[in-house]
Amino acid sequence: MHEAKPRYLKLSGLEPLIVTPESNFVNVGERTNVAGSRKFLRLIKEEKFDEALAVARHQVEGGAQVIDINMDDGLIDGKESMVKFLNLIAAEPDIARVPIMIDSSKWEIIEAGLQVVQGKSVVNSISLKEGEEEFIDHAKKIKRYGAAVIVMAFDEVGQADNFDRRVEIAKRSYDILVNTVKFPAEDIIFDLNIFPVATGMDEHNRNAVDFIEATAWVRKNLPYASVSGGVSNVSFSFRGNDKVREAMHSVFLYHAIKAGMNMGIVNPTMLEVYDDIPQELLEHVEDVILNRRDDATERLLELAETVKGKNKEKEVDLSWREEPLQARITRALVKGIDQYILEDIEEARLAAPAPIEVIEGQLMTGMNVVGDLFGSGKMFLPQVVKSARVMKKAVAYLLPYIEEEKLKNPPKETEKARSNKILMATVKGDVHDIGKNIVSVVLACNNYEIVDLGVMVPPEKIIASAKEHNVDIIGLSGLITPSLDEMVYLAKEMKRQNFTVPLLIGGATTSKAHTAVKIDPEYQHAVVHVNDASRAVTVVGDLLNPASAEKYMVGIKEDYLDFRDKFLSRGRKKEYLSIEEARKNKWQLDWKKTAIFKPNQLGIQVIDDFDIHKLVEYIDWSPFFRSWDLHGRYPDILEDEVVGAQARELFADAKEILNKILDEKLITAKAIFGLFEANTVNDDDIEVHFEGDAERNAKTFMFRTLRQQSKKAVGRPNIALADFIAPKENETKDYMGCFCVSTGFGAEEWAQKYRDQLDDYNSIMVKALADRFAEAFAEFLHKKVRKQDWGYAANEDLDNNALIKENYRGIRPAPGYPACPDHLEKLTIWELLRVKEEIDVELTESLAMWPAASVSGYYFGNPEARYFGLGKIKEDQVADFATRKNISYAMAEKWLNPNIADD
Amino acid sequence: MDTLNKALREHILILDGAMGTMLQRYKFTEEDFRGERFKDWSSSLQGNNDLLSLTQPKAIAEVHRNYFAAGADIVETNTFSGTTIAMADYHMEELVYELNYESAKIARQVADEFTEKEPHKPRFVAGAMGPTNKTASMSPDVNDPGFRAITFEQLRKAYKQQAEALLDGGADILLVETIFDTLNAKAALFAIEEIKEEREIEVPIMVSGTITDASGRTLSGQTAEAFLISISHLQLLSVGFNCALGAEQLTPYLEVVSNRSECGISAYPNAGLPNAFGEYDQSPREMAKQVEEYLEKGLINIIGGCCGTTPEHIKAIAEVAKKYSPRKLNELILH
Repeated sequence: MHEAKPRYLKLSGLEPLIVTPESNFVNVGERTNVAGSRKFLRLIKEEKFDEALAVARHQVEGGAQVIDINMDDGLIDGKESMVKFLNLIAAEPDIARVPIMIDSSKWEIIEAGLQVVQGKSVVNSISLKEGEEEFIDHAKKIKRYGAAVIVMAFDEVGQADNFDRRVEIAKRSYDILVNTVKFPAEDIIFDLNIFPVATGMDEHNRNAVDFIEATAWVRKNLPYASVSGGVSNVSFSFRGNDKVREAMHSVFLYHAIKAGMNMGIVNPTMLEVYDDIPQELLEHVEDVILNRRDDATERLLELAETVKGKNKEKEVDLSWREEPLQARITRALVKGIDQYILEDIEEARLAAPAPIEVIEGQLMTGMNVVGDLFGSGKMFLPQVVKSARVMKKAVAYLLPYIEEEKLKNPPKETEKARSNKILMATVKGDVHDIGKNIVSVVLACNNYEIVDLGVMVPPEKIIASAKEHNVDIIGLSGLITPSLDEMVYLAKEMKRQNFTVPLLIGGATTSKAHTAVKIDPEYQHAVVHVNDASRAVTVVGDLLNPASAEKYMVGIKEDYLDFRDKFLSRGRKKEYLSIEEARKNKWQLDWKKTAIFKPNQLGIQVIDDFDIHKLVEYIDWSPFFRSWDLHGRYPDILEDEVVGAQARELFADAKEILNKILDEKLITAKAIFGLFEANTVNDDDIEVHFEGDAERNAKTFMFRTLRQQSKKAVGRPNIALADFIAPKENETKDYMGCFCVSTGFGAEEWAQKYRDQLDDYNSIMVKALADRFAEAFAEFLHKKVRKQDWGYAANEDLDNNALIKENYRGIRPAPGYPACPDHLEKLTIWELLRVKEEIDVELTESLAMWPAASVSGYYFGNPEARYFGLGKIKEDQVADFATRKNISYAMAEKWLNPNIADD
Repeated sequence: MDTLNKALREHILILDGAMGTMLQRYKFTEEDFRGERFKDWSSSLQGNNDLLSLTQPKAIAEVHRNYFAAGADIVETNTFSGTTIAMADYHMEELVYELNYESAKIARQVADEFTEKEPHKPRFVAGAMGPTNKTASMSPDVNDPGFRAITFEQLRKAYKQQAEALLDGGADILLVETIFDTLNAKAALFAIEEIKEEREIEVPIMVSGTITDASGRTLSGQTAEAFLISISHLQLLSVGFNCALGAEQLTPYLEVVSNRSECGISAYPNAGLPNAFGEYDQSPREMAKQVEEYLEKGLINIIGGCCGTTPEHIKAIAEVAKKYSPRKLNELILH
């Protein structure tokens, strides 16, 4: 169906943007991207949204025709930030006039973004990385939300890094989108991966040429599709030298646009006018971009020095040869000059007590300088690779002497008998490996043996390989945000498996903050964030040198602890109301209109030995999988690409134990619940009357609820559970209930039996299943109460899925959970229902229930009742709570501590 | 829907006029609105026009009948506020399915009566889906511009329920109308697409935005063209504008969408601009004369009236429309 009529990519904010052949290159603003702009990241972290909006406005005023918004950072809530920022943009017509590019590697963030933009936006991005099914699913939704899409040249195998792969993936993606999804071809934009050139590695020399040629191919062969890309990547090796970078961007764009690239993420201030590039620089840059000569990188590097204005050594200046030995070695390393290194090393060797100390002394000192220079942007990657080569040459020279020394003094240096091994891997779900490969090269040059597991390495494999190779260090790399979680997981796993080797964290998305706050606490041994290749050498050196290792590790642990404390206490300034003000802003129900339903049966009922067969259909399996660290929603998890196989296996094992439980009746289910007349008194307390028992009848039972105190947006109340019950002064009779269920009887003993047989797997399984039964029992009982005993929902007809989603009227909040985090009220429930006496469920001194597989809570039946989180409260409420409960402030503070806001 | 597509290609289709204006003529009291069934309802119900489909179904049928008799090909169901969101004001969320279902059924019956009498002129029912009373891309609180009173998800669910009920009741077309916030409309369209997929059916969709004033923008700030681009991801029967402006003021925006769209173009303006008393007093003849300008330019496929228009207006418009052929449609769009 190829009409003659042209079809253009059309986008909109408040105003249209139509990309025609006559349009100039569409410039996408990139500064509103937390991954690309430190300033923007800081503004979002500190919630300075006004300033963040100013960044967006500045982009639009500066000529950005689309603005790319990215909130992928491990330390911010990406979804919340995306929605908040897009909502704020919508209120700024001078920004909202341009279309939005919703940029994230997480689908949930993309979808949240799509739900708040009225115009036709662009999703950045989707790809075949996780397979066709997910690709089709996301594309279909994007179409339905009315957005265009950027498709990354990425598939199940990995990222396209040459011409053929780019073409192959683009074609396949296009065909699926156009034929299967019926996605409008003009709404497809390919990001064909712009990679750095002049990295010092030969395999990167064609990076720009391949992109340009693939662009031409796409524009010729895939009708109506556009091509985009992040331009600054191409000059990554020259960061720090803007002059060269600007020229590289211009040259690259000049050729890419000619080939048909019609959209891109470019920082307009980092562009030189093509014609204004000095002839010599232009030629050298074009040599690199177009890969016109083998020595193009070397030549540009050389020229880059002069362009920077540091043209001191055009004439070979050998005066440095007169300097002291260490200065010469350092210089050789920094400049990558291998001409004189052997004579300098020989001089050092003769002066050293043992040859190994040359490596650990002078050479390491020199590499530290390299590391510092690179770290501060004063050296480029290829130069570092050259430094590493010099290093390697020096080490190779020393090796025979070291061996000889070993023969002379065998017992002393056994540890050095083998070279140290370093495992390197890009974590599961991530395929970026440029950085990791460079670190590997640099480390290998420094005479470390590298065990490189490649990309998308599952944690089990990292653990297994680390054991198999008996590695000395594990290095993890990742570029996309989800990798951060993988790293945390691996740290936990290393701890669980009693690893002691240091863990190195690197990659563009990692940070000292994330490492210190999220990873370091999970592993008791060294965790070091290494943000660049050359520093990796010094860090690894420090970690593996027996003389310095302990001290270094302690030092870095302290540093991270300190950093973490500062980070966590930096706190967001939240505003709070006094408890009186919060009460004034309570949730006001119109008690005249609210239908209050009198329970069919007031009082307490006990269920002594419930048939657990009936509970099976009420089991919510998703948390079961979560308890085994398999994440996903049941039943989808069974078909999950990553964990599906494990999930199925686990589920089969679970079913086996489940049947055993049912057949042999290994656990006993008991419950107690009561429905009572109740009224709210003094705003926050619920007074409960029990009829039918002389002793308890005489007593007034009070549930003390806690009220939200953080300052709310206009029109939003500060809720307490008490708001769901009619106030006493209203003279309306209202009702509430409370309950306790347990399926732990029998489970504990049985789990222990497995443990005694050294079968931890089944021991845990029994406990996990008992927990599920308890939750299922709570669900079942709540339904029974709604339909029969209270009876306000006699006609309710919900399946288990709807129950799990809480689609019913009324709630059953449990003490210790967000709406009522205070555990003390359990004591009141126990006293009121006589839980211990009736069904043997006890409270421990920390108010945990025993047996563990038990659930207790309240029932609220008001149609308006809903779950909420209490959030943080202030001291005035703690004091008030103490008075109401007639306990000391210290006691109240102890129990409420996690919820008390710290100033 | 072959008959609909055929009719759309053969002549200019006439949409009905205002429902509210006609219902005012009945001067229904609070008791009339309540009927027997809602006599004890806790909140006041006067003004809940959608409810009249349950309590005064004969009046609703009569209005439809008058419009068909005046020459309308399509009538809109009496469901402008038929979502849980808009019905919350009357605490009638539970009734939403029934309201839509019954409204569609009434219109369906009347349409079938006419089709039977005049088989050469088949009549259609458009299920009206109004904008609700909340906006998804604007904050009601000037001090908190990031706040939203409603989410896409809430709108999608509410619209889905309404659309399902309208289809179940017999609507031929779904009309997402009086769009002042495009994001609300996108949620409605999202819901309709879900239904299409789930039921494996095709549903002709009409989309009608509202340009609020001479700024030429929707309430949520989009230009006519930006609006068009934002809702063009689906195959539509027609796109156009209604309400807020009179026929004359609507002309430039219709030109914008007519030139840039491959689907049908619809317009149902108000009977002029309101006078000092907030009443619409443009006469049928005057309005028909202004509408004729669109027709001469070949901008239109579907024409009708919004606030202040009556069967007399529709009759005058239908007579003018007979003289002109419809705007040419791209054949490809019609399968």
